[in-house]
Amino acid sequence: MARITAGVGCSHVPAIGVAMDTGITDQPYWKPVFDGFKKSREWMKEQNPDVIFLVYNDHCTAFDASCIPTFALGCAAEFQPADEGWGPRPVPVVRNHQKLASHIAQSLVLDEFDMTIMNEMEVDHGLTVPLSVMYGEVPQDGEWPALVIPLAVNVVQYPAPTGNRCYNLGKAIRRAIDAYDEDLNVMIFGTGGMSHQLQYKRAGLINPEWDNRFLDMMANDPVAASQIQHIEYLRETGSEGIEMVMWLVMRGALDEQVTEVHRHYHVPASNTAVGHIILENHA
Amino acid sequence: MTDRPEKPYEDIPGTFVFDADRSREGYHLNQFCISLRLQKNRDAFNADEEIYLDKYPMSAEQRAAVLARDWNRLLELGGNIYYTSKLAANDGINFQNLAGLMTGMGVEAYRDMMLHGGRPIEGNRTKSEWEKD
Repeated sequence: MARITAGVGCSHVPAIGVAMDTGITDQPYWKPVFDGFKKSREWMKEQNPDVIFLVYNDHCTAFDASCIPTFALGCAAEFQPADEGWGPRPVPVVRNHQKLASHIAQSLVLDEFDMTIMNEMEVDHGLTVPLSVMYGEVPQDGEWPALVIPLAVNVVQYPAPTGNRCYNLGKAIRRAIDAYDEDLNVMIFGTGGMSHQLQYKRAGLINPEWDNRFLDMMANDPVAASQIQHIEYLRETGSEGIEMVMWLVMRGALDEQVTEVHRHYHVPASNTAVGHIILENHA
Repeated sequence: MTDRPEKPYEDIPGTFVFDADRSREGYHLNQFCISLRLQKNRDAFNADEEIYLDKYPMSAEQRAAVLARDWNRLLELGGNIYYTSKLAANDGINFQNLAGLMTGMGVEAYRDMMLHGGRPIEGNRTKSEWEKD
């Protein structure tokens, strides 16, 4: 049977992708960001997942303002890295486990989570930067080591889905994957955050105390984290900190009790606090 | 309509929450911005901005703010940062430098603030805290 073995929380700052794509990760500005992923890359090699269920948000790339699905599940065979306005990232095409993706889509809808199903979709830095930081550089003509099922969550137009809804969706994703009859090691990534505000006069807001409390809750008290209200994310972590609701989808798909394997927190990457945590399910 | 539902987030200083009202107001502006995601559209826009903008029925104020690259005004008129950043990217301005412009700090001072831990939350939670200064 398919099983979810671990969850990864991870920021997806576009400048991190640019730093990797232009080979400047050893510069003093970037080195502390990437040093925190060394252990993660070794861990990924050891764990070698077959499939990554990757929760992220599209940054007005695949979705323009004409259609704003709250939850959009990628069911296409593959997903091309998108041109976000500065050219596509030179990373491999992202390949899906299409049968598992469509199984999850059916299971979620019957479980009363009404997904939008995407049979054509490009993916932006929200999806490819987490793969890059966790795997390291992969040449454009190479292959990502795992198949990837993308779940795009609307966090651009208010309101994003509630943390509670995201947490419960994670549980439903877990039920779907647990019921899939193929021996697969599946990981789930929740990406985005941590504190950051990209816009207007309060841009640059960073709240490390809040972020670290959130990381603690991811490890030890996910139910409390699921009850954080939108106004708290917006006020305390910046207008774009609301992305952290996506970590709750990841956390909901894990056991209530997990083992924290690794944690990394660094300010800044561009405008953003970089947060990262690895949580393993008990076997 | 005077009985709008309460928007508790309007008390956050220096911040626009991109809700349905802003989305509605900014629709054509934002659709213009996202069109610049594609190289062929960037080429057409850069060849003649006025002609390109004629395709998007935005307000005169929005159009003027686009032409002036008035980044804060674009947000005030319903633009969202993930859209307006496409216009900035067309001009060779990345997210961090755009923030330097929007905050009025300038690119260098803003980058320096981020290197020193960013803008602290203390004093930046509510509009009343900003009005005390």
